[in-house]
Amino acid sequence: MRTNEIFMAIKTDFPEARQEEETGAVIIPKESLLKITQYLKNHRLAFDNLHCITAIDRAERVELAYTLYSISEHHGITLKIYLTAGEENVASLAELWKSANWLEREVYDLFGVIFLNHPDLRRILNPYDWKGHPLRKSYSHPEVSIKPRL
Amino acid sequence: MAVTERIPASKLIQRIPGGGVFLTTSENIFKWGKASSLWPMTFGLACCAIEMIATGASRFDIDRFGAGVFRASPRQCDVMIIAGTICVKMNDCIQRLYAQMPEPKYVIAMGNCAISGGIFYYDTYSVTKGTDSLGIPVDVFIPGCPPRPENLLFGLMKLQEKIRNEKDADK
Repeated sequence: MRTNEIFMAIKTDFPEARQEEETGAVIIPKESLLKITQYLKNHRLAFDNLHCITAIDRAERVELAYTLYSISEHHGITLKIYLTAGEENVASLAELWKSANWLEREVYDLFGVIFLNHPDLRRILNPYDWKGHPLRKSYSHPEVSIKPRL
Repeated sequence: MAVTERIPASKLIQRIPGGGVFLTTSENIFKWGKASSLWPMTFGLACCAIEMIATGASRFDIDRFGAGVFRASPRQCDVMIIAGTICVKMNDCIQRLYAQMPEPKYVIAMGNCAISGGIFYYDTYSVTKGTDSLGIPVDVFIPGCPPRPENLLFGLMKLQEKIRNEKDADK
């Protein structure tokens, strides 16, 4: 199925879903994440594979992007959640897709998003005693040498 | 040039012409032995490790210089080749491995990352700026990104030269 068809299928059951104009990604409110992902996995859309979770720091908000793929149906979709600054927490999908476990740890490590009910929310790339979340715009580190601009 | 001058150990061990007798000191024998059987650690950090592996394989064959016995334990090693980018998370590991090596021990910093951080020097939070900054003394620096196997072999020969010319017999 194509992205628009998948979006229409989601839209009929979940009217709160919107589509992002530039990317075609499906934007959902964070309250309905668990409901919608359960639907996507078990519905005929059969999204059996969670490819990637990443985040984008837009200063006023953090966007979470979930890339889903269906191995049996050969189609994919990107889900997005906008998290307002100061409320960077969302439900964990580790129960639904095993791959979410480490992907969520990565997003937590680099962006500081808290995944609620995650079985093991530790840092995964940086040392365990690391301070701060390096890919946030507000991040600064005393030992980073800034490249002189010519 | 006499043939003997091209042999690296010729200054340390002299053969009495016309006989089966050699003249040397025990110190020189040890130096010659140390330089001729440097056992490196099986330890690679990034892309430089690929060049190090290539150097160990048959085409370049680091074994020609007596340094082909890559050991999997630091306790059996003489030389640690820091081959690649040192991430902050690897700091403790490298320091511990270095501490576990028995004396005499030598360190080769292979590639720009191991020397100074290389292309990761600027704007990076996760890369250590060179082996020196970990407090590990480096004997030979091999620049390159990554250095070719010939460069590594040349660095190894420089290390052997350094060992042969060591003044301090204890090291």
